[in-house]
Amino acid sequence: MNLLQKKLLSQSPILLAMAGVLIIFALLPFFIPRWSIFLLTVAWAKAILVLGIVFLLWGGLVSFGHGLYFAAGAYAAGFGVRVLGIHEGLVLVALGIAAGGGLACLVGLLLARYRGIFFALLNMAFSMVLYAILLKFYRVTGGTDGISISPPTLAGFMPPPEALRLVHYYFTLGLGILSLYGAHRFSVSPLGYTLKAIRNNEVRVEYMGASVRKAIYITYILSGILGGLSGVLTAFAIGHVVPEYSYWTQSAEFVFVAILGGTGSTFAPLAGSIVFEFVRNYAFKLSPYTWQLSLGTVLLLIILFLPGGLWSLSKPFSRRWTKWTLHSNR
Amino acid sequence: MDFALESINLTKFFGMVRAVDELNVHITEGELVGIVGPNGSGKTTFLNLITGYLKPERGQVRYKGKDITGLAPRTVVTMGIARSFQIPQLYLDLTVQENLLLALAIRSGEGVGFWSPLNKESRVKEAFQILGQFGLEDYSHHKALELPEGERKLLDIALSFAQGPQLLLMDEPTSGVSVKDKFAIMDTLVRILKGHVTSVFVEHDMDVIQRYADRMLVFNEGKVIADGTPTDLFTDPSVRKILLGKG
Repeated sequence: MNLLQKKLLSQSPILLAMAGVLIIFALLPFFIPRWSIFLLTVAWAKAILVLGIVFLLWGGLVSFGHGLYFAAGAYAAGFGVRVLGIHEGLVLVALGIAAGGGLACLVGLLLARYRGIFFALLNMAFSMVLYAILLKFYRVTGGTDGISISPPTLAGFMPPPEALRLVHYYFTLGLGILSLYGAHRFSVSPLGYTLKAIRNNEVRVEYMGASVRKAIYITYILSGILGGLSGVLTAFAIGHVVPEYSYWTQSAEFVFVAILGGTGSTFAPLAGSIVFEFVRNYAFKLSPYTWQLSLGTVLLLIILFLPGGLWSLSKPFSRRWTKWTLHSNR
Repeated sequence: MDFALESINLTKFFGMVRAVDELNVHITEGELVGIVGPNGSGKTTFLNLITGYLKPERGQVRYKGKDITGLAPRTVVTMGIARSFQIPQLYLDLTVQENLLLALAIRSGEGVGFWSPLNKESRVKEAFQILGQFGLEDYSHHKALELPEGERKLLDIALSFAQGPQLLLMDEPTSGVSVKDKFAIMDTLVRILKGHVTSVFVEHDMDVIQRYADRMLVFNEGKVIADGTPTDLFTDPSVRKILLGKG
């Protein structure tokens, strides 16, 4: 067996899982109502950011300000269209990623020094600063009106209006799957484990010769990149960006989804995000004036009975999966 | 002559208490040195000062002739000094194997790599080799949380050993374990370390010191009050009085 075969074999379980998810979600639009494709698109887009929140949670860090990167990505796309006249989706995605990652490079320099409540609230403070800027600099940002984003071309191809929703869905799905794969690689990498070690025993990590600050900084940048990507994909789906993307309730929603899904797997944020979007939608449909109450009740029940998040439902399956992967790697 | 480790007039206060007082210690390459002394005599503070966890008020710590006084633990570790702890400092949520793999990844400078897997074949091989040396291979897939105290102690030292140190400092490697396990742990450590790694261990158990240390330092009130072979020092009435309360 050569090296490439060995590598493929060791990767095969996760590649199979990814392929399974891809096939299921690629076929799903043919079996669900058209309106729910939009919900799925938004759920996938937001799940990408939640992956970044989960990375930080592995390190014992909670961010109540990742709306900052969500808004940065979304507004980068908005400015790309409005100011720079860019209409190519791939370029706008690159712009969103650069905005999220670049901002995280700067903010992370300060935040990598903090832990606990200080980390959580300083993140929130930065996101609220951006919120205020987006709100008050009306001439540049459009203030409360935000910025409209016309449907972008994808690799030079402009989808027909009737297929637009579906094309955006598949575009988001593709980037979502790539993000999930990247997140999986991260989760089994030394940095993924260093983060878990930091949560367990930060002093020991330093005594092993690793820089805790550097580990957190790099993770923070990665989470910013995912946030930027998530923002730009959401902006494409909704076609409009508003300052509320940077508001603290949006950031809290991401943390909530992360806890709802659980931190036990890179697939968990996706499960959490989909359930959250659909529960919210149905809660609004059932009681338009008290939808938060219905949403809160359902989510509280889930968290109460599944403290490990929705992903803990998969434990019996994952045990079998582990056995199978051990067997296939022999 | 460059010593493996020396402290020169090292002094540390905690408020009004002089925890380490003008301490002069010299450790030669390849030695296995035991440090004994009553509670509060400055043994652990001494280790903390060497490894940069505490900064001294006065004095110097020199490692192979280089001044390392007050350097951060991470920097000290990268120079070749590792330490273990009185209360094992493990990553309790990770398995024994993952604990060790992470130590090896960090040693090779890959601690912040985020694409290649932690369980690289060569790394797993080395981890199992070390686990075998420490008699922990049967626990490799257990979480560190599930380990008995003796094995926790061994894993703690194995993590430090995996860093490839030239000087290993161990804080009470046998505290909290049964008499039977105590000697088993020390037998294992001496077998692995002797002749390969300069080692210093803090210990309360006189039998352990007597049986395993090449040289013994007796600390009292932040000073070294006796320095010699265990056989010589245990017959010294002043040392016996401090350590055992009788002459």
